[in-house]
Amino acid sequence: MDIRMLLATARRVLSQLRHDHRSIAMILVVPALLLTAVYFLYENETLPPGMPRTFDRVGLMMLAIFPFVVMFLVTSITMLRERTSGTLERLLTTPVNKADLLFGYGLAFSLMAALQSLVATAVAYWIFGLDIKGAPGYVVLIAVANAVLGVALGLFCSAFARTEFQAVQFMPVVVVPQILLCGLFVARDRMNDVLEAISNVLPLTYSVDALQEIAAHSEPTDRLWQDAGTIVAIALGVLVLAALTLHRRTA
Amino acid sequence: MSHSAAAPLAAANGQEGAVTASGLHVKLGRLPVLHGLDFEIPAGHITGLLGPSGSGKTTLMRAIVGAQRISAGSLRVLGQPAGSRVLRQQVGYVAQSPSVYPDLTVEANVRYFAAMHRKGRADVAEAIAAVGLEPEARRKTANLSGGQVNRVSLACALVAHPRLLVLDEPTVGLDPVLRADLWDRFRAMAEDGTTLLVSSHVMEEASRCETLLLLRDGRLLARLTPGELSRRGHSSNLEQAFLAIIRESGDVHEPGSAPDAGQRGVHADRSVL
Repeated sequence: MDIRMLLATARRVLSQLRHDHRSIAMILVVPALLLTAVYFLYENETLPPGMPRTFDRVGLMMLAIFPFVVMFLVTSITMLRERTSGTLERLLTTPVNKADLLFGYGLAFSLMAALQSLVATAVAYWIFGLDIKGAPGYVVLIAVANAVLGVALGLFCSAFARTEFQAVQFMPVVVVPQILLCGLFVARDRMNDVLEAISNVLPLTYSVDALQEIAAHSEPTDRLWQDAGTIVAIALGVLVLAALTLHRRTA
Repeated sequence: MSHSAAAPLAAANGQEGAVTASGLHVKLGRLPVLHGLDFEIPAGHITGLLGPSGSGKTTLMRAIVGAQRISAGSLRVLGQPAGSRVLRQQVGYVAQSPSVYPDLTVEANVRYFAAMHRKGRADVAEAIAAVGLEPEARRKTANLSGGQVNRVSLACALVAHPRLLVLDEPTVGLDPVLRADLWDRFRAMAEDGTTLLVSSHVMEEASRCETLLLLRDGRLLARLTPGELSRRGHSSNLEQAFLAIIRESGDVHEPGSAPDAGQRGVHADRSVL
């Protein structure tokens, strides 16, 4: 590891993004707009007294899902470009470590994800009065962990796509099942055994579980830290797998 | 004349060549591309790699910079097996298509590759000046002309001050003035001790190299000086001479067949060497 190369990579990735105003706007603004849509979707629901609003449940989960989806897409396309343009091959003829490259990417997009979730969480709290027991800082923390997960999966999946068109097709394969099975639509304990078993090995499940812990308790629980640890461990594991897809030499 | 024409030269320098290949075979996937090459590239010289499109020039260059695995034989670069870790600091590579980030400025591109080689600000400015892009330093690479983008790519290699610089068709798309400028720079680098391997199919450029390697169908046709090329090809026009040698070899040369890829290369065409 060479921290300067890692930081240089993160800086390079961020300045590439900086020239792309439209993508920045998409990353920062779209989640807030979608949250707005969710808020108004459930605006007129009638609730029995004491029952939390649907927005407090769904809106909260979306705060974790956005960074995951957006960072998966952004990373897999950026990395694919790097592979097809020849810059990756060129980089791998330099002294840079694969880990410095991948963690540089991870760092850059995690920073973007932190900004994104700050904006989205602020909107959820201050504009729509998101009402949960835990502190918003923990929500942002889980959102960033999720973004790192999306970055790791994006880096890994880009190895299996030859074109940007193919890379986008990984979205329904990798992302949508996790959204379906994470507990957003149906609580996991009400799923059949097969689906529940699958959802047990999907990383997004642990993020949603973590957010539910934050929503239900005013202080961080052991289970929250376990979930967070699981997300980070999976992300690191996938990053290692991604490193294995980077070959300095073609056979 | 035998293929060991390089030997006296290396002995005179009292050092191993910058690149030494013996019985070098390379396959792309299953397809044999280089069939047993033996050659030496002398240190501190400009060596031209010439050959028709598809002759294996790029594959050979990628093997030398360590981006392509070799399947048999040996390939030593600056005294190390090609692709060794220590070589990553010493070998620069400019691929045929410019491998830079179009959405970054010229300066940001060069600065990034400088960081990958632990080089600083002064090296960045020097590399940009070397390719004549100072006025464009703060412009986005995507907004530059094709020739300018090629020079950004070159600057990203120069910034590392490599001992061996491998350039795949570096002057494609450059106007004659810039082309002459770049060759002057290559010459100056060689005088400072850098070894350059430059592929080209512009024969006029061959005259600027000290040694030429002629590649055809993955085999080495000849290793000679520009003077020898024009003598052997019976023309002072290097392009005519090159064509003459290619044709001559085509007559004696049987087309490369896949099954012989495992054998040590016995050149049917050694007569031209």
